[in-house]
Amino acid sequence: MAAAPGGRLPMDSSSQGMGAVPSQFMEQMMKTTLPSALGRVLLNRRRLLQGGVAAGAALALGGPMGRAMAQDKVNLTVWAWTPKTQDMANLFMQKYPHISVTVENVGQGAPHYVKLRNAVTAGTGLPDVALIEFNSISSFKALNALADLGPHIDPAIAEKFIDWTWTSVTEGDKVYGLPWNTGPMALLYRADIFEQYGLTVPETWDDYAEQAIKLAQAAPGKYLADFAVDSGWTAAVLWQAGWRPFKTEGTNIQIRINDEIAKSWANYWQRLIDAKAVDTKPGWTTEWFAALDDGTYSSWVTAAWAPVLMEQSMTKSFGKWRAAPMPQWQPGGKVASNWGGTVFSAFSTSPQLKEAAEFATFMSTDPEAARFWLTDVFLFPVLDELIEDETLMGHPYEFYGGQAVNTIFAEAEAQVDPSFEFAPFQDYVNSQIEDNFAMAVAGNGTLADAFDRVQDAVVIYARDQGYTVT
Amino acid sequence: MLDAFGPVPLVEFNAVSNTLSGQKPRVIVSKKVAPYVLLLPFLLVFVGFLIVPMGYAFGLSLFKTALVGGTRFVGLENYARAVVDPKFWDGVWLLVRFGLIQMPIMLSLALIFALILDSGMVYARSFFRVSFFLPYAVPAVIATLLWGYLYGPSYGPVAQLATALSLPKPDFFSPGAILGSLANITIWEYTGYNMIIYFAALQAIPGDLEEAAKMDGASALTYALRVKLPMIVPMIVVTVIFSIIGTLQLFSEPYLITNLARSVINSNFTPNYYAYTLAFVAQQYNYSAAISFLLGAVVAVFSYAFMLLANRGGR
Repeated sequence: MAAAPGGRLPMDSSSQGMGAVPSQFMEQMMKTTLPSALGRVLLNRRRLLQGGVAAGAALALGGPMGRAMAQDKVNLTVWAWTPKTQDMANLFMQKYPHISVTVENVGQGAPHYVKLRNAVTAGTGLPDVALIEFNSISSFKALNALADLGPHIDPAIAEKFIDWTWTSVTEGDKVYGLPWNTGPMALLYRADIFEQYGLTVPETWDDYAEQAIKLAQAAPGKYLADFAVDSGWTAAVLWQAGWRPFKTEGTNIQIRINDEIAKSWANYWQRLIDAKAVDTKPGWTTEWFAALDDGTYSSWVTAAWAPVLMEQSMTKSFGKWRAAPMPQWQPGGKVASNWGGTVFSAFSTSPQLKEAAEFATFMSTDPEAARFWLTDVFLFPVLDELIEDETLMGHPYEFYGGQAVNTIFAEAEAQVDPSFEFAPFQDYVNSQIEDNFAMAVAGNGTLADAFDRVQDAVVIYARDQGYTVT
Repeated sequence: MLDAFGPVPLVEFNAVSNTLSGQKPRVIVSKKVAPYVLLLPFLLVFVGFLIVPMGYAFGLSLFKTALVGGTRFVGLENYARAVVDPKFWDGVWLLVRFGLIQMPIMLSLALIFALILDSGMVYARSFFRVSFFLPYAVPAVIATLLWGYLYGPSYGPVAQLATALSLPKPDFFSPGAILGSLANITIWEYTGYNMIIYFAALQAIPGDLEEAAKMDGASALTYALRVKLPMIVPMIVVTVIFSIIGTLQLFSEPYLITNLARSVINSNFTPNYYAYTLAFVAQQYNYSAAISFLLGAVVAVFSYAFMLLANRGGR
């Protein structure tokens, strides 16, 4: 599970694998092997069918007028995995009747990106617009796949966005996407279990470790947390600690994966793992969500979007969760982080960038839409205006037992240091982190060793890809 | 779509021959050409879906595409790198161990079931035949998900049962158990398939041999071991070769179990898994193609080595 989710649905092996394997291979096969015309027909079968229906309707209307109407309508294809996205697209279509939007869910996390990258490589089959996470922007930029939306948007909207989100999607006056939601982080914990075992809500990571040890001793089989091997989460919590593994300038890249910060972070978790104060089961599985639900794990340092997933698969613990600011490395510190969050990007192959930009602008900046996302789907907004809106920030959530958690996330949002850079080949980095962390968790070496191995592998990879590594 | 391809040209040939000669239908296609005309539908598919992709992949393997600097021709450089890649050979070695556990168990079970079914001692023979074969009809993806649930470390039925009996929960995903757990899935999937092959071969043994054996005083067991078994050895050789090929290409099962057993299955667990990761995660399509061809070569070597062994043993 490579990428950090920006609103990923609960997923066990089933949801990821079933669609993924056969279709990826099939698509890849078809793209690489068939004569292009036949390949295009097969690949665009779905779109062809839709087109077929439209064309059929046009013919039925009779003659040139019908055909002209069918041509005037612009069809946008959008790949997104978030819930209720088509509803929002429908709202957009009401306001822009000449644009027809089809939202397709091609998978979430790794399968989504594999399909996008395959389409980029094949040069055909890309959607007009896709949802991508902040950590994937530089990867797609490196492939020259993203369209510059700058000429098609109103430059004034830049002011509306939270600074770091706008910085993440722009380079000079080029705009590679419009931010849609973010993942400011906080500590989610179970009020009932904390009360039962007399745990205090930790303010620092040292407190957190103490509570973990206390709970493991008081209730064998229960853990404060699971150290699930998860590269997205790892990058996010290390972001808070000050880890800045990559700095890319053109074809030069600085790689500092196994620096002091990473090592001391590794030692912190290694101590808890060795003391069996945290569990080490794989994350994101059905079993894992069940363990969060039944109290086996009583906290999760996670992002604002987490309840999107939790709410869908967890029933027993509904209303018993609370949010608190992310634990700090320095007592009294005020540093938070961001995990996931997404932007709407258009691809340079799209012949209708103007309409794509209109769609992205609507999704990102329409206040009604953003309000709906926050109150109904737990997707945290990227607009200053909404974060300053007191009623919205005071909105109570039943999932959190009526707590108005937005104030905590809004504070975290303001504490995100924008200087974090992801690699232009982040998926490779993620797979290396996961392979090597998994080894360490299984008892082959320590997490600190794992960082060394990741550093070596990534440096070799970067050189192999033509970068000058400094 | 391709189904329609077959019959059409033949009909046209007949039509042409009729109108041209105006006489009774005459075959215009000579006997030499006819087989190829009949083979055409197959050849089209064969070339389109096997030869062309392989040619394309081989072409890919001779180039190198980097994020910076684009694509350049590198000749056999990717292969030179692949043959000394420990991640590739780790995967091969793992599958050799896997095969040494899985193949003997699967093929002996298949053989035993086939002999029992063939012996005529079983009622409802076709019911058993179909039931044993059924797992093969379940797609590997579904089979793996199903077993993934059964293996579930906390909430799987086995773990639940263990909890109910106050026994320690078995961990099917521990480093020591994972090969066995995966082997079990593939045994479940493919035993029935091999059984059907054996069963068909056994059915083809003429009945008079059994009479002759009985007259010589052979028991059913002796007859099975001394007469039937030697007669289906060629089939056994075929199934072993199929199994070697299948084993070395193992992908779906570990790929789907990864999320449940992240700490023991990494992204180069088997050679095919490695090729997948290289292509679709690391974007090294060229190197991935080279790894795939190298795997093809390894499969050929193992299969050929087994055939040599089998032939020598047969003589």
